Amino acid sequence: MTIELGFPGLGSGGLDLVPTTDAKQTAKDFTSDQEVRWCPGCGDYAVLAAVRQFLPTLGIKRENTVFISGIGCSSRFPYYLNTYGMHSIHGRAPTIATGLATSREDLSVWVVTGDGDALSIGGNHLIHALRRNVNLKILLFNNRIYGLTKGQYSPTSEVGKITKSTPMGSLDHPFNPISLALGAEATFVGRALDSDRKSLTEVLGAAAAHRGSALVEIFQDCPIFNDGSFDLLRKPETKDQRLVAIRDGEPIVFGPEDNRQAVVQDGFTLKVVPADGATPVIHDAANHELAFALSRLSDQDLNHTVTGIFRNVDRTTYDDAARAQVRAAKDKNPAADLQSLLDGRDTWTVSA
Amino acid sequence: MHTKTVPGVVTKDRVVIRFAGDSGDGMQLTGDRFTSETATFGNDLSTLPNFPAEIRAPAGTLPGVSSFQLHFANYDILTPGDRPDVLVAMNPAALKANIADLPKGGVLIVNTDEFTKRNLTKVGYAASPLEDGSLEDFQVHEVAMATLTRGALEETGLSKKDAERAKNMFALGLLSWMYHRPHEGTERFLREKFAKKPDIAEANILAFRAGHAYGETTEAFAVTYEVAPAKLAPGTYRQITGNTAMAYGLVATGQTTGLPVFLGSYPITPASDILHELSKHKAFGVTTFQAEDEIAGVGAALGASFGGALGVTTTSGPGVALKAETVGLAVALELPLLVIDVQRGGPSTGLPTKTEQADLLQAMYGRNGEAPLPIIAPQSPGDCFHAALEAAALAVRYRTPVVVLSDGALANGSEPWKVPDASTLEQVDPGFATEPNAPDGSGEFWPYLRDADTLARPWAIPGTPGLEHRVGGLEKADGRGSISYDPDNHDRMVRLRQAKIDGIPVPDITVDDPSGQAKVLVVGWGSTYGPIVAGARRVRAKGHHVATAHIRNLNPMPANLGEVLRAYDTVLVPEMNLGQLALLLRGKFLIDAKSYTKVSGLPFKAEELQDVFFDYIIGLEAHA
Repeated sequence: MTIELGFPGLGSGGLDLVPTTDAKQTAKDFTSDQEVRWCPGCGDYAVLAAVRQFLPTLGIKRENTVFISGIGCSSRFPYYLNTYGMHSIHGRAPTIATGLATSREDLSVWVVTGDGDALSIGGNHLIHALRRNVNLKILLFNNRIYGLTKGQYSPTSEVGKITKSTPMGSLDHPFNPISLALGAEATFVGRALDSDRKSLTEVLGAAAAHRGSALVEIFQDCPIFNDGSFDLLRKPETKDQRLVAIRDGEPIVFGPEDNRQAVVQDGFTLKVVPADGATPVIHDAANHELAFALSRLSDQDLNHTVTGIFRNVDRTTYDDAARAQVRAAKDKNPAADLQSLLDGRDTWTVSA
Repeated sequence: MHTKTVPGVVTKDRVVIRFAGDSGDGMQLTGDRFTSETATFGNDLSTLPNFPAEIRAPAGTLPGVSSFQLHFANYDILTPGDRPDVLVAMNPAALKANIADLPKGGVLIVNTDEFTKRNLTKVGYAASPLEDGSLEDFQVHEVAMATLTRGALEETGLSKKDAERAKNMFALGLLSWMYHRPHEGTERFLREKFAKKPDIAEANILAFRAGHAYGETTEAFAVTYEVAPAKLAPGTYRQITGNTAMAYGLVATGQTTGLPVFLGSYPITPASDILHELSKHKAFGVTTFQAEDEIAGVGAALGASFGGALGVTTTSGPGVALKAETVGLAVALELPLLVIDVQRGGPSTGLPTKTEQADLLQAMYGRNGEAPLPIIAPQSPGDCFHAALEAAALAVRYRTPVVVLSDGALANGSEPWKVPDASTLEQVDPGFATEPNAPDGSGEFWPYLRDADTLARPWAIPGTPGLEHRVGGLEKADGRGSISYDPDNHDRMVRLRQAKIDGIPVPDITVDDPSGQAKVLVVGWGSTYGPIVAGARRVRAKGHHVATAHIRNLNPMPANLGEVLRAYDTVLVPEMNLGQLALLLRGKFLIDAKSYTKVSGLPFKAEELQDVFFDYIIGLEAHA
């Protein structure tokens, strides 16, 4: 049996219930006194710098911002931000964030996680947080390797990866995190490259404004154990032919001026053709099937790597709905009285 | 044609009835209703539901037998009774599975309709026990319950199958007549339960009345029985199960602490009913979250606690194992968290619907590193309410996870419960931090600066300006709370966390030694309270001496416990495990504690413990 729940709230923003401030905030305000201890050249530095710059622009109170992480290099992130934070245990950050976001509507809750933390040990929690659509933002740092445990292959490593634990090459097929998130009914899915401050900030801004779970995959380099894994997307001679930036409502075309390419429909899927004379697909962030097809445009080879916002749709969030049920129960029974609960319906009295 | 007879009325002090039938026969409902009638009547009572883990094992087979035992009396009783005085067997399987427990001369009421050749063969009866003389030691009443129920419902137009399903209410009606139970409550209950199917409600009521009328009008039952109301302490009473009492206790913690209660839970037998019950009470500001797994349940609860709610997770042994890492995190974060473990038979999936006490050491030590936490064990179904409140008070005051160890027998068992006065429950101030606290006057907030008395750290919740801070599983610097790998700091922090728990004041243990001459002290914990005290009463009634003491606070233990234990020649510890408390007592107090253990999935019986107590008492006397 199901009933129509009739919750309001669609169309509202991710930060609508978070107290704002008019005080000017800067990146410095969001910087804690802890010394940052990532390896030199780690992509995490770029993301941290971008986030410190970005948070003040939201105009919400710093004390109402919470970063929760799991375990891994990226999970040290909360220590370096002067907000409330928790460095929890491996894979479980989405569960903790779910409890926090459900019990506190006045917070902006962020999860910082990596490919091992989110997709291996914490895979179950990730997909359930996404399907529930809890109002929290998940930053998935994907470097396709285990860094903190010193270089084992991860669930996003390419097949055949030679690592300490796979001297003859890794055997298991990797996840495509964007496809996974879309398959898990995520209402917001985006991707950015760590070094591309402008588009990273744009995706983060849209994620923050989204009411519901947002997954942002951030490609990021581990210079120690998987150096140069995204070089094809960084080097001037290759990046323009490979990066496909998408924007809602705009035709999907890319490439250098002298070699423009277009993404066009090809049966049930998409393909890349010369732009000249082609009819490019217009990106529609409300189209689940298109988002999925875009996530499959290239696999681990980074041939055509889509960045931007794949999907952005409104769906009632779990936490809003859970709070609405509590409110509805209180409205229906405003005089809820503990004594009458304890008494129940059938009491008897023993007299002295 | 039956003529109405007035049977003789026999007065009894106590009666044990066991309803047994197929899983689909509604025996648990029948037992519950008889219990409610009995509670309303004012007897003291104790119940033992016993059912298979399978929802519907194949009909008519031994694994499918479900039973409900009820002990009621005109005085205060402590156990669901060792052996039934009356056994109601709804089919051959129920008879076969239970007849060994019926003492000679016991009353056996059999639903003869199910005693077909096929059903008899299914459970290995070569001949019908109703005909082969094997039941001649008992007072057997053969009643064609299905046929009689069908007859009573003929005019309702219900199908034969639907009509026969009400035969459990026929049995209930018959037993209610035999024991002079009030029946308004049952009729009202049936009308409410089947409010959307009034024809089914009426059919069940008709069957219930038909059972009553059958007893009244046939001559088969020569006597009925009266058990006068018990003289319990003055007050208002109701009947309650352990799981309901636990759920009410959790609702009440929201009122005593002023914190919103957040339950993160994953369904597991025998704890799920706490989740079900709490889900009904959102009007009290309770949020319930059915998580994707046990780990997510406790994770969400801990996240809610970080945000200033009272996080609670409810589970059983296998779930505690999965939650261990998160509970360890809560120990390191020093945040309030309630972990309710309704123990069941283990290891692994074990016996999901049966009781056991084998999670004590898991609760005590089942985490990596030195991760101490308080443990409280309720001793009766109604006591689960108070255990939940005490656990919440400790969790909030000391910023610590607390484990409550209930078990299957408490969870599903019921007893009359003196309803507490909600206005007198002890209030606990969460005392959130609101101001910077750095002793160096820097205006910083030090999240691990401890209260000098309790050693608890400040609880600063998100949204509090100026107190932004980071917590986590990595070792924290004493005071400041930043990450620290300093060897001395780690040594200090491990000892501080231990000292915080060790320093929690818990009430002294009280010893029941009425004559003051006992040499044997029986020490128990949790649900063994009932059978231990009942066993001790029997020993004393026979002129011997035995002392009892029950440990409610298993960690930290009462300060006077060592002194109490050393005052007796023999310390005997009966447990439904292989000696876990005994191991702790031996380790902590260097005493030669003796174990008496049983892990059958069923509670101890009073007679069994009486015999064990005698062995030790007489053994000592022989050496005297």
